[in-house]
Amino acid sequence: MAGCQCAQATTCSSHGNLIRLGVNIRDFDYLIALAGNPNTGKTTLFNALSGLRQHTGNWPGKTVVRSEGAFRHNGYKYKVVDLPGTYSLLSTSEDEEIARDFILFGNPDCVVVVVDATALERNLNLVLQVLEITDRVVVALNLMDEAERKGMFVDARKLAKELGVPVVPMVAREGKGTDHLLQTVQDLVTGNLRTQPRRIELDPHIEEAVQQLLPHLKNLYPNLSNHRWLAMRLLEGDPSIRRAILTDSLAQTESPLAPQKEEDMSELEAALEV
Amino acid sequence: MTDAEGRKQHIQNLLQKAERLHQNLDGSFSDRLVSSIYKEATAIARSSVIESGNRRAGWDVYFDRIATHPVTGFPLMFLILAAIFWITIEGANYPSQLIARGLFWFEGWAAGLFFQLGAPPWLTGFLWHGVWRGLAWVVSVMLPPMAIFFPLFTILEDFGYLPRVAFNMDALFRRVGAHGKQALTMAMGFGCNAAGVISTRIIDSPRERLIAIITNNFVPCNGRWPTLIMMATIFIAAPFPAGVGSLVAAASLMAVTLFGVFMTLVVSFGLSKTLLKGTPSVFTLELPPYRKPRILQTLYTSLIDRTIFVLWRAIIMAAPAGAVIWILGNTHIGGLPLSNHIANALDPLGRLIGLDGVVLLAYIIAIPANEIVIPTIIMAYSQASMMIELDSLEALRHLLVDQHGWTIVTAISLMLFSLLHNPCSTTILTIWKETRSAKWTAVATFLPLTIAFIVNFLFVQIVLFFM
Amino acid sequence: MPITLAELDRGQRAHIVELRLHGLERRRLMDLGFTPGTEVEVAMKAASGDPIAFVVRNTQIALRKQQAENIIVEPIS
Repeated sequence: MAGCQCAQATTCSSHGNLIRLGVNIRDFDYLIALAGNPNTGKTTLFNALSGLRQHTGNWPGKTVVRSEGAFRHNGYKYKVVDLPGTYSLLSTSEDEEIARDFILFGNPDCVVVVVDATALERNLNLVLQVLEITDRVVVALNLMDEAERKGMFVDARKLAKELGVPVVPMVAREGKGTDHLLQTVQDLVTGNLRTQPRRIELDPHIEEAVQQLLPHLKNLYPNLSNHRWLAMRLLEGDPSIRRAILTDSLAQTESPLAPQKEEDMSELEAALEV
Repeated sequence: MTDAEGRKQHIQNLLQKAERLHQNLDGSFSDRLVSSIYKEATAIARSSVIESGNRRAGWDVYFDRIATHPVTGFPLMFLILAAIFWITIEGANYPSQLIARGLFWFEGWAAGLFFQLGAPPWLTGFLWHGVWRGLAWVVSVMLPPMAIFFPLFTILEDFGYLPRVAFNMDALFRRVGAHGKQALTMAMGFGCNAAGVISTRIIDSPRERLIAIITNNFVPCNGRWPTLIMMATIFIAAPFPAGVGSLVAAASLMAVTLFGVFMTLVVSFGLSKTLLKGTPSVFTLELPPYRKPRILQTLYTSLIDRTIFVLWRAIIMAAPAGAVIWILGNTHIGGLPLSNHIANALDPLGRLIGLDGVVLLAYIIAIPANEIVIPTIIMAYSQASMMIELDSLEALRHLLVDQHGWTIVTAISLMLFSLLHNPCSTTILTIWKETRSAKWTAVATFLPLTIAFIVNFLFVQIVLFFM
Repeated sequence: MPITLAELDRGQRAHIVELRLHGLERRRLMDLGFTPGTEVEVAMKAASGDPIAFVVRNTQIALRKQQAENIIVEPIS
């Protein structure tokens, strides 16, 4: 597990090998998704990596469309997708569905969860959910400077240990920590680094039900790693997961890029009876 | 049984079992799950965060107190907006004139050169007095205000003030059956209504989102600012001495904006009581901490991405519009140019709403981009009255007032119409993409247009009654 | 004595006891961290007194009064 080589984000401010490629995203080697709560600096990080200038603003929900860009680092070419900010992946909002579907069906080689160091508790709510879906996760512990100003110190090394995935402290606005993040991502996607994501300790009632479904899911989808999460979704009665299982589209190993969700207002209209 | 059939059977079994378990777990599943996750999150956070001192820093608490105070909250909001308008008007005036002078000087020089080279007069007219003149107007009228307005607004956005606006405004939106986040989408509409429409995705409830989409048009976008600013400067502020003038101009822009907000609330109310009835949805709004705006980066990105982008759009729209106007003005039927025929036909309708046929023609030509309304009007007017040099606001005033009889009533009518009329074609297309509904796209297009005609008509009637 | 979240004054803190909300509304608030047992503080009220912003898990979240009235809390004195 990669701990943090530099406890202070301030010491990792160079981006030696980063070449920003903007929207030139053909023939990439690895696909990275940026997830995180709203207003944690995902788009700032996205811009820093791709060299694009998606509009940022200090209010939650600024990124409402999925934007894509590319960059080259240490000879590898990456495609990076900035997902809409969400507090959770459990609700039924459109944003959360876009983010969740991409993490689940988009087959990203790595999900970078951008986390607000000043509100760790709430951000971990999302991180823990992402860890149930995929084990290829790097946590970008952003806004370290703001945390410091508020008199908080977040121990990235400890956090990494707790979560079982690498945690990189950053100040994305100033480009601090970018290089360390990219190195960590590279280690993860090339298989030099193995993660052991923490699983949520479930309420006993739920755990029991999950255990009953697990053998079926493992049998049907031997290649997937998120059986527990699938079981939880089924138990909640998530219609899109039911549909995916019914049509057997989960089993595809080729990346069936989830189509960008177009909201169908006529459907919504029907619901409104207008 | 084949493998495929076996698999299908297996899937059926799984789903049935899941369904049974789902029912056994009753409604508490979600609660238990969320609680489990948060319990874990709390434990992890406790072990890896060392906290000391106050949770919130000092000055931002005090600023928030002023920004949300019952007495100071709303006035501060108006003051900030008015200040932005004032700085924009005051700052843009001189550079605008300078750019206009330069570009129109070039027009004369290039036309002279063409004449000397023996180029056919129609070519000189089409290229320099048509296309180039359109471009020159767009650039000189739009570039300076935008280069000031956008960065100022972006700095405000970067700072984190907009969520506070939404926080204060929610009380109004709640009363009209809409969502407080609509204020954020309106703020985006100041830049571009198409962007404003896309930003309504932050509103989850389809009902409240549709209200936000349909009413976003009542926030004047950058394509309409130049029209509003020009009318405010050359008509409303004109009688006042220079220093007071820009304050008056800023105040009149403020009045137009507030009227737009008022119409937004009225129409939102109307929609939520008729076409879009329903109960209010969940309202949650995160108020992020204030952040020090990155001034240099803001200047750079808002100049490159917004100013230049919008200007470029205006330029590629203005060039063909200039050409269309020139062709309409130089195609003669029965001794009169085609543009006159059309303008004459539209004139009675235009007069009803305080405008004239030429302005309506300009609005039709400007459906792809509102930026070109004023240039189109100028081109159409100046063609009819021989080519005059239009190198200053004074010359423009002369053209509009002395030659085409504009008054302050015309100016206010134009400001109202500009604020309320139908969205541009880009925005209409965006509304279609977002709603996938012909019905709602039509409502979002024709409702504002109808309202514009009604409001303008009433305004003219009231003026006639008192004068 | 349990009261509702809407009854607290600025600066007052309380523990959430119960959410008397259902469906999506309940879900949303829980996702934001309004779960039973959590500590909440009233950060500020909007110019007109509604909505009200709360600090929950180190974040400021504004809710409408009508929603806050359905969240039962135990004030911390």
